[in-house]
Amino acid sequence: MIRALLLTTVLASPAMADEIWVTNELDNTVSVIDADSFEVLHTYETGQRPRGVTFSRDFSVLYICASDSDTVQVMDPNTGKILHELPSGEDPEQFVVSPDDRFLYIANEDDAITTVVDTQTRKVVAQIDVGIEPEGMAVSPDGKIQVTTSETTNMAHWIDTETHKIIANTMVDSRPRHAEFSPDGKQLWVSAEVGGTVSVFDVETQQELGKIGFEMPNIRPEKLQPVGMKFSPDASKVFVALGPANHIAVVDVATREVEEYILVGRRVWHMAISPDETKLFTTNGVSGDVTVVDIATRKPLKTVKVGRYPWGAAARPTN
Amino acid sequence: MTRMMLVATGLAALAVPAWADTLRIDWLERQTVPPPVLSNLEETPEDLGLAGARLGVKDIATTGKFMGHDYVLNETRVAPEDDFLSAAKAVIADGAKVLVVKAPAPDLLALADLPEAKDLLILNAFAPDDSLRGADCRANVLHSVPSLAMRADALGQYVLAKKWTRLALVSGPNPEDKAFAEAMKASLTKFGLTLEGEKAWAFDADMRRVASEEVPLFTQDLPAHDLLLVADERGDFGRYIAYNTWSPSLLAGSEGIVPKGWSPVVEHFGAAQLQSRFIADTSRQMQAEDFAAWAAVNAIGEEVARFGGEDAPSMRANLLSDKFRLAGFLGTPLSFRDWDGQMRQPVPLVTPRAVVMLAPLEGFLHERSELDTLGTDLRESTCTAFGDKT
Repeated sequence: MIRALLLTTVLASPAMADEIWVTNELDNTVSVIDADSFEVLHTYETGQRPRGVTFSRDFSVLYICASDSDTVQVMDPNTGKILHELPSGEDPEQFVVSPDDRFLYIANEDDAITTVVDTQTRKVVAQIDVGIEPEGMAVSPDGKIQVTTSETTNMAHWIDTETHKIIANTMVDSRPRHAEFSPDGKQLWVSAEVGGTVSVFDVETQQELGKIGFEMPNIRPEKLQPVGMKFSPDASKVFVALGPANHIAVVDVATREVEEYILVGRRVWHMAISPDETKLFTTNGVSGDVTVVDIATRKPLKTVKVGRYPWGAAARPTN
Repeated sequence: MTRMMLVATGLAALAVPAWADTLRIDWLERQTVPPPVLSNLEETPEDLGLAGARLGVKDIATTGKFMGHDYVLNETRVAPEDDFLSAAKAVIADGAKVLVVKAPAPDLLALADLPEAKDLLILNAFAPDDSLRGADCRANVLHSVPSLAMRADALGQYVLAKKWTRLALVSGPNPEDKAFAEAMKASLTKFGLTLEGEKAWAFDADMRRVASEEVPLFTQDLPAHDLLLVADERGDFGRYIAYNTWSPSLLAGSEGIVPKGWSPVVEHFGAAQLQSRFIADTSRQMQAEDFAAWAAVNAIGEEVARFGGEDAPSMRANLLSDKFRLAGFLGTPLSFRDWDGQMRQPVPLVTPRAVVMLAPLEGFLHERSELDTLGTDLRESTCTAFGDKT
């Protein structure tokens, strides 16, 4: 009977659309949005204060940072059931999966630690002392370098994933929130929320290549607070969420110039790109919704109501 | 309350050579006997302010760890019966260069005016007096605590934003009550508002027993108002006015909705993390005095990390530069006004359970920074110690 059901699901799946999964920080849920129809398909319960969210590289499980439950939850995306939990250290906020799908690097915001968890043995492999309030987490495409940014220490900590030792610390502007490697692994981008800038580093030398500022008419400069970042599918642009400025900046990677600002919902945090690479989904914390932006035309298409304080976003192809 | 801490405790700490590797920050506190108030429920924390400085040093030392800087907090607490100025002289003779001070205005000024204090960097983390940012400003003193005028302007903006402009005032008998009442009145004038009526609180009976009988009568002859302003900075009688007034009254000022540099209810912009780190270290909540000390210490750490001034005068210049920005968990970066040394900062308007609004409110515009809509602006400033104004 169960087998029959499973079979039906599997057979039905090719007809299913891709999905965008969003954590609702103050509702303790994740919302599942149909990437084609923009309907909310499911709302699943999570632990307390879910923030960071990501799929395993094979999309078989969803990892959720349940910050106030002090755990990383592993969810079956087909059923919304929590399969098990991973030890995460206290107050996990954000994390990243290693390219080989084996390790999770977790920022423990209250403890100034990066925790490395083996997702197979479900054990903590290492804990690395970093600056205060670690948050931004990135791993190089070759898996050799993990970068943790710390919000109050204002640094990017470059960690060797083999030795679990910090190999470099680079100062960035105030309150770094997010780090992102370019898909070719050559550049690291770090956003500084209070500093209002994005710093671009050369990965090989850890030297700063440049710094990007933002400017919009009729918006106080203090409100231009870069948070989440996402490389465009062709890696030529970076979308930068500007928090309380309620816009996404489109930055050209080659020139590091801002090309355009796209209006989205209030206090935009993070983003996910649809698996067909045509749409950008932004989580808007204060307005409690998700804006769908057409990547080709850079126009917002629709606003999707989700739970309270949507925070993280992750995409799942279902084909 | 431990008031036995002696001046000597500070001097016992290791003397640190210059700031090649370790920067010494001095905490200099004039301890006072808390004035008596009607309610016995709340005790002033023994480490009010100091706990913020301690957390601040912990924070900046973590950053310093990755950059090869270290910090030490040298704590000197002068007991109420002891002489503040001789203690101050002793720590300066011992090598103090950067001081975070918790002391009333007269003590602070006496310290700042010492000949040996001329090239020190003094951060006032306690005294809110507007005069310290005005006629009595000193070039060697910067202020991390918001002035009374800044707090009053935050409330003034709130009054305008809500259009609750019919106002009455009850002010207490203490100097700090009078000073806050004056600041609120000045702010109302600035925003084109006037008081409908005003009364002085004059009772010395124990209000826990008779508030329900006295307060209705006391407030009966106040003109009709949208907000009843209360100036009761010690937290003495104001709490007994709420819900005992003749007509239904919303309170503001020292009671009801209160403009404050910080409060345990501030939670946005990552503030919840600062609150929880503070609670983890102290087992109590972070008050405005703690935040002012934390901000002073973190300003020093930010200066060291980003500018690396080699002595107190160059650190001061860097703090005052328009490139200086400190992340202060209040949504807008903190910086210093170069005409009076006041730290620019948002002012939360809070009730005991929530932040109602965060000033400056939307729509209050300024040519430089909206934060300069709070407190005395460049053009009105009577401070001359900071050189030519631009």
